[in-house]
Amino acid sequence: MVFSGKVFKFGDNIDTDAIIPARYLNDSNDENLRIHCMEDADGMFSSRVSEGDCIVAGNNFGCGSSREHAPRAIKACGVSVVIAKSFARIFYRNSFNIGLFILEADTDGINDGDVIEINTDTGEIKNKTENSIIKSKPIPKFMSELVNAGGLIAYAKKKIKGGKA
Amino acid sequence: MGRPLTITEKIILDHVNNRAISPGDIVNARVDIALGNDITAPIAIKEFESIGINKVFDREKIALVPDHFVPNKDILSAKQAKILREFAKKYDIKYYFECGEAGIEHALLPEKGIVLPGDLVIGADSHTCTYGALGGFATGVGSTDLAYTLAFGELWLKVPESIKVVFEGKPKKWVSGKDLVLYLIGKIGVEGANYMALEFSGSTFKHLGMSDRFTISNMAIEAGAKSGIFEPDEITEAYVKDRAGRNYTFYKSDDGAEYSRVLNFDSGEINPQVAFPHLPENSMDISEASAKNITIDQSVIGSCTNGRIEDLRIAAQILKGKKIAKYTRLIVLPATPAIYKMAEKEGLIDIFMDAGAVFSTPTCGPCLGGYMGILADGERAISSTNRNFKGRMGDVTSEVYLANPAVCAASAILGKIAGPDDVI
Repeated sequence: MVFSGKVFKFGDNIDTDAIIPARYLNDSNDENLRIHCMEDADGMFSSRVSEGDCIVAGNNFGCGSSREHAPRAIKACGVSVVIAKSFARIFYRNSFNIGLFILEADTDGINDGDVIEINTDTGEIKNKTENSIIKSKPIPKFMSELVNAGGLIAYAKKKIKGGKA
Repeated sequence: MGRPLTITEKIILDHVNNRAISPGDIVNARVDIALGNDITAPIAIKEFESIGINKVFDREKIALVPDHFVPNKDILSAKQAKILREFAKKYDIKYYFECGEAGIEHALLPEKGIVLPGDLVIGADSHTCTYGALGGFATGVGSTDLAYTLAFGELWLKVPESIKVVFEGKPKKWVSGKDLVLYLIGKIGVEGANYMALEFSGSTFKHLGMSDRFTISNMAIEAGAKSGIFEPDEITEAYVKDRAGRNYTFYKSDDGAEYSRVLNFDSGEINPQVAFPHLPENSMDISEASAKNITIDQSVIGSCTNGRIEDLRIAAQILKGKKIAKYTRLIVLPATPAIYKMAEKEGLIDIFMDAGAVFSTPTCGPCLGGYMGILADGERAISSTNRNFKGRMGDVTSEVYLANPAVCAASAILGKIAGPDDVI
């Protein structure tokens, strides 16, 4: 798939408390998560982000808690892709499981406000503002099947239909 | 004979249909215990129901523990706890605990012998890695993972590489598992073990008890690790033998097993640690920390990291006959009802209350900024919990300093960050 959007740039170690603070975890409704997404990292994020925009960050994005509310909040904002130098493990698997595209790449050449185009099949990130191209790390085959199916549950349903589960 | 394997590889291999595995392989692993709590399970239950099957894989292999916002902190939390209760009733889940029986999941499950050595445990909570202390492979996952496991009893896992961490020698007085793990995270960083299994060993652990091992495994995730495992030994055996209701297996790493790194530490050189805001890797010796004269508004002793009876005993030892500083709050939360009862029997509750502390029911509450001890703007807390991220315990401008229970107790007495030797 090809996505194009504006970049919201964050630094290293953006933890899940910053992505969705625990004080909002008494409600897992998408709308609640959307309103408070990234609140403790950028209080204006949810009002500024538009459908298709991208989150770009440094190392260890999504560290901390296992709360799936974090990638769900990002997805609920309409964010198309999260690109980071690296992801914390549970956030990484949660994103694939819920069908949120995430890519690992060197993000130093992408700035806040840049417009980028991402081809999730080739892993190519085109920075239209800087006129540069960045290659992301390839995604393991099983995981791209998961995310392309729309997540683990959609994948499971397909398996049941196919009589394999 | 194949290649020599780590304990982690052996446990995973015995839970898959593959004939051999290597780090990096993605496998489907059979799950012995699947865990969820009042924050993560509601999403899992919703996803499970969307699959369209009407049975769980095994009612005796599922644990649902309302502990984060229970006793219910507000109406929305009550609704989430209700979702767990209804699901537990509908599927007759064996390990569901109503508040009164429930404690913090990662203290409760080992205490009740629900998780055992050699188990493969997945939990929709990042601190599921705690059970590695028993010699099981235990890892935190998300709600959708839990939903899938509730349905199928298995889950996709990437076989991790392992880092071997060896602590040798007798630790100094007041140095606990918390200090060793904060020291380690300070050395390797919050991403130092990302995607990997930490494997702990060394003579130090003959000097420390199970509770220290639980604390160390618990905070493996704070270095990004997938799991934090100890080879089970006679200390493990003594802990599990009267708790286990089913068979368990002791696995050991083979000689010559491959590690991506081996780290050696002399425990005799390690002092009590304090991790400064806003990352657990910002750890330093207590002497350096106390020299900074940092006043505190609150001290918290509890959580899945340090809410066991051993932790409360150490805190009580420091607080006995003393008063906490004026305008300082000390909140002590035992991790389970059984710990609560022991604290009562041993006279620890009196010590805490006479010192001016609040002693209350088991809950994760303040650790994640849920309730029962939230910080106002600009306030500072020292805490025996596991995370000091920005805003973790309350307002985004508040600060959390991580330490062992002895340091938290001493700091409460002086109203500033201090070590046990400063008050005894």
